[in-house]
Amino acid sequence: MTEPILKGRKLVKTFGKVVGLNGADIDLYPGEVLAVIGDNGAGKSTLVKCFAGAHTPDSGTMELAGRPVEFRSTSEAREAGIETVYQTLAVSPALDISTNLYLGREIRKPGILGSVFRMLDKKQMRAESSQHLQDLGIATIQNITQAVETLSGGQRQAVAVARAAAFGSQVIILDEPTAALGVRESGRVLQLIRDLRDRGLPVVLISHDMQNVFEVADRIHVQRLGRRAAVITPQTHSMNDAVAIMTGAMTVDEEDQALGPVSR
Amino acid sequence: MNSTVSQGASSPVNGSPTVDFAEEFGSQSGLTARLQSTLHKYPYLSPLAVLVVAMIVFTLLNERFILATNLSLLTQQMVIVGTLAIAQTLIILTAGIDLSIGAIMVFGQMFMANLAAKPEASNLAFEAFPALLGWSPWAAVVAGILLSTLAGAANGFLIVRFKLPPFIVTLGTLSVFTALSLIVFRARTIQGPEMPEGMLAMGATTNIGSFGIMAGVAVMLALYALFAYILRSTAWGTHIYAVGDDPEAAELSGINSDRVLMGVYTVSGLIMGIAAFVTIGRVGSASPNVTPDINLETITAVVIGGTSLFGGRGILVGTLLGAAIVTVMRNGLALAGLDQAYRVLAIGLLVIAAVSLDQWIREVKV
Repeated sequence: MTEPILKGRKLVKTFGKVVGLNGADIDLYPGEVLAVIGDNGAGKSTLVKCFAGAHTPDSGTMELAGRPVEFRSTSEAREAGIETVYQTLAVSPALDISTNLYLGREIRKPGILGSVFRMLDKKQMRAESSQHLQDLGIATIQNITQAVETLSGGQRQAVAVARAAAFGSQVIILDEPTAALGVRESGRVLQLIRDLRDRGLPVVLISHDMQNVFEVADRIHVQRLGRRAAVITPQTHSMNDAVAIMTGAMTVDEEDQALGPVSR
Repeated sequence: MNSTVSQGASSPVNGSPTVDFAEEFGSQSGLTARLQSTLHKYPYLSPLAVLVVAMIVFTLLNERFILATNLSLLTQQMVIVGTLAIAQTLIILTAGIDLSIGAIMVFGQMFMANLAAKPEASNLAFEAFPALLGWSPWAAVVAGILLSTLAGAANGFLIVRFKLPPFIVTLGTLSVFTALSLIVFRARTIQGPEMPEGMLAMGATTNIGSFGIMAGVAVMLALYALFAYILRSTAWGTHIYAVGDDPEAAELSGINSDRVLMGVYTVSGLIMGIAAFVTIGRVGSASPNVTPDINLETITAVVIGGTSLFGGRGILVGTLLGAAIVTVMRNGLALAGLDQAYRVLAIGLLVIAAVSLDQWIREVKV
């Protein structure tokens, strides 16, 4: 049986008296899109933020490709190959596209210019940024020195996804990537997600949008009250079922769940 | 298993389909839109235009304005506000503000002047510590710069550690350092002749024809070049913009914003220390009341120079232009024989215009 690339067991995270996670499990298998859905406060974001390094769980274990991991910062998670696109996008509006792609991991010029004078290699970063955007089929963003604030919502999302895809070697996490987008732009982002999966990168997708989730996900992890309530697939359950599980109106027997990898 | 829901999820065999984001790139239309996007890209164009127009107008009012001797006087008149405005720019780029710039500069200045002053001229508080008397100018200046750097770091520590707004922290340290200058140094000016000559080194001028370049002006320009390079071409510079632009995004991108802020306030303190040495040379003495309006003047220079008070955008050369504008207004109106009240009026209007322009530019859509 295939081993999960990302595995969380009995994760607990509290914020003062507020319980974010109450013994949550999660499995992400290689080459799949796993959607995480749940009501507000069910712990979706908290769960993935543990893997993104933005939160440290109070207890429980996390594994990446079979090895136990512990992230104390977002940089540590990123170094391990987990890239996250946040709901707030985490792009700097006034900075240009290429600077944003390399924010926090800038490339310096080789030789004395880089080591002593700390000079950035902007040419290299621009060339590579262009390449990354092209790899994702979003080469139509031509001017890599354009400030991100001059882009539309969908384009900003594309930049954020491109950054994740460029550096995420193991897992890409997308937190509500279509929340602020129109229908057409959402469609493009979903296409980007499929492209990522087709390039072999497993994707965790958090979304409120059932339509999107059922369109793109291989498996759907339903989070409820800080725990995993069930894992279903778009083929075995309907959107109504998913909502029912989210609200607790329905439970799914373990043998009817898609706890292991599913074939497409 | 039949896939009924997802269309095309598993379709791409020969390469991924191209996602077309091109159509949102509407072409710029209209002159105002083009102006808006040009100013967005080159924020120093508006202060440059204001400076050029002001210089032409003042030359028409009095032709002596454009003489080399007057222009070199201009550079000397702007050296204090110009140097301190570098520190203010760094801080405003992080979406902060520093009201204590003048107070820290004066504190560092009084410290280095008293250390180097002839023992009989040094102020009373030092007499209890003979070790603090009669330092060599070199050592005194280094000590003064170090003290200013520490003072800047103290601002940074309060802002980062206790998450206090920079406005409040520096409003507090403005009073603290102003009072310390008066208490510790007995509010007494150290006159030029009471110090060794080395303390006034920044006031020495080298003449090129009839244009005199003061050593302090050369130092100021060198600092502009250095910090323009840092802001433009190093990762730290990029992080300063990122932290000011969107602190959360910077943090999520793996930037330690606390460390960036701490660095910015500390380096700003260092610049204030250098400015203290320059000020002694420029003024020819060390007085606690040397520059009463300097805080607001630096903020004015930065804002007129096109740096956004909301942080994250701006360019250092704009600040240099802003400092030049403030100085040209003062000098030109004096030469034209007009009341300085017009300067205050003009500067006030310029600040409001600059901030309005910034708001407008920030709404740019390319």
